[in-house]
Amino acid sequence: MSASFTKSTARNIFYGGSVFFFLIFLGLTVDTTMAVPSHNAKAQLTDAAVRGKKIWETRNCAGCHTLIGEGAFFAPELGNVYVRRGPEFIKGWMKAMPTNVPGRRQMPQFNLNDAQLDDLVAFLKYSSQINTNNWPPNIEG
Amino acid sequence: MSNATVAALPASKATVNDQIKYRSQAVAKPYFVAAIGLFIGQILFGLIIGLQYFKGDFLFPAIPFGTARMVHTNLLIVWLLFGFMGAGYFLIPEECERELYSPKLAIITFWVFLVAGALTIVGYLGLPYNVLAHLTGNDLLPTMGRGYLEQPLITKVGIVLVALSFLFNLSMTLLSGRKTSISIVMMLGLWGLAIFFLFSFVNPNNLVLDKYFWWWVVHLWVEGVWELIMGAMLAFVLVKVTGVDREIIEKWLYLIIAMTLITGIIGTGHHYFWIGTPGYWQLLGSVFSALEPVPFFMMTVFAFNMVKRRRREHPNQAATLWALGTGVMSFLGAGVWGFLGTLSVVNYYTHGTQLTAAHGHMAFYGAYAMVVLTMISYTMPLLRGREANSAAAQKLEKTAFWVMTLAIVGITLSLTAAAVTQVSLQRLSASPLPFMETQQHIMPMYWARFGFGLCFFTGLMMYVTSFFVTGKRES
Repeated sequence: MSASFTKSTARNIFYGGSVFFFLIFLGLTVDTTMAVPSHNAKAQLTDAAVRGKKIWETRNCAGCHTLIGEGAFFAPELGNVYVRRGPEFIKGWMKAMPTNVPGRRQMPQFNLNDAQLDDLVAFLKYSSQINTNNWPPNIEG
Repeated sequence: MSNATVAALPASKATVNDQIKYRSQAVAKPYFVAAIGLFIGQILFGLIIGLQYFKGDFLFPAIPFGTARMVHTNLLIVWLLFGFMGAGYFLIPEECERELYSPKLAIITFWVFLVAGALTIVGYLGLPYNVLAHLTGNDLLPTMGRGYLEQPLITKVGIVLVALSFLFNLSMTLLSGRKTSISIVMMLGLWGLAIFFLFSFVNPNNLVLDKYFWWWVVHLWVEGVWELIMGAMLAFVLVKVTGVDREIIEKWLYLIIAMTLITGIIGTGHHYFWIGTPGYWQLLGSVFSALEPVPFFMMTVFAFNMVKRRRREHPNQAATLWALGTGVMSFLGAGVWGFLGTLSVVNYYTHGTQLTAAHGHMAFYGAYAMVVLTMISYTMPLLRGREANSAAAQKLEKTAFWVMTLAIVGITLSLTAAAVTQVSLQRLSASPLPFMETQQHIMPMYWARFGFGLCFFTGLMMYVTSFFVTGKRES
């Protein structure tokens, strides 16, 4: 770098650039926060779905699964599982775990009662209604 | 220092060590030792989950995949934090040309953090996660069960208190000392780390907003403020080992971190393509995150340039190797592998696949693990009373560098091959296969990844052994 480009110039670019782009980011965040409800008009965040989200979190589901592509990559995407499999399949699956098939990846038994299973399904239904700009590319997630 | 302050230092450090300029810098040593210990734990759990990828019932139900993965990622974060803190306690007094404000507080903070971290891991392994959540106050304020932020509420509060104690100690040191660019950038990075961690307490019921602000911790850490910490640590070591004029190094540092934040803040948008946020993020996120490799490339050029222009031959060649290595590997891992999946048109197919895992492994190792190891490599000999380790010890450390680094390249390439297979069979195919069926086709890549994982562990053991190698000291 040339001698005319001084440390204080570099420092000013750092402070000015960081503050400028952080302010833009804040503005975009305000806009996004306001746009989220209308962008996701079809997503019904019911009380059951809120309770289901707590079950999702306290069973560490994202330790193995992805939800809209985020989480772990050990087990299937669940953001659209409500559409792919339907509510009864999900509940039956949860009750049947673990499969204990030798060598297969195993999912723990979480011992959820019927009301908790309904809440979890309500949360997965809500997840499937989020407007993901057409992600994933196909139903397999 | 008062007698009480001296008494607070580790016993062996109370004797005179003429290699460190300020005696209170010795508090860094237990932080580095803990960092390496937790690093070993991280890799052991990495091996468990790497094995579970192809032998699915391994250790089930004692340690299910989700639990082991949580231990793997949380130990990663905690050992890097120990490394950053050790680096801060060493670097800030030296740059500020004065003793640490309170070495005693630093030692107390160390034990609080270590015990809290250990109890959290014991909780993960010993209790069902929902029971742990219930016992630790998650019903009061639900924050658990989100990637990297799985810690119980009381642990999160503990992390904030530890961070405040650490930042108070360093800030008080800085305020009454010499203020260099390196120390100011280090402090900005560390304060940013603490401030953005506060978003781990933000967990809206709305899943879109939950995900939106989750990235304010995860992205604004690793693709934002952590790069300031990394840049400051690298600059500090380069000043020491090359003897290049500080003005030049600090000019580079400012320019690199300017590019980091100019690209990286709006670059957060590459996580906002599909999570229920407006479509404009696809353009913004693609453009800005495509520029995120620039600061990492500058980091590489910076490290090589400074070493080439060195004005002294520092006897610690291992530290120089780590400094060059972190420049290259952070560019490859964070820059190149990050770019592979960052454009929205590509990300549509790669989002949530093994490509993310490939990028994550090389980026975390190349940028953050390696910069902490750079700092440890430079400071530990000094903290142990010598300018550099013996030739034999350095030789083993350099071999460990190559084994670990090549193993990470192997892991990354295996996972990239896994990702290519996964994307083509499950995402691109006209008749897409289900997830688990696709996984069956990826098994050879998972075997390969595990093999490279064993190589990595071997390299890590060589690295640890290098601390115990004596031999003739170089003049």
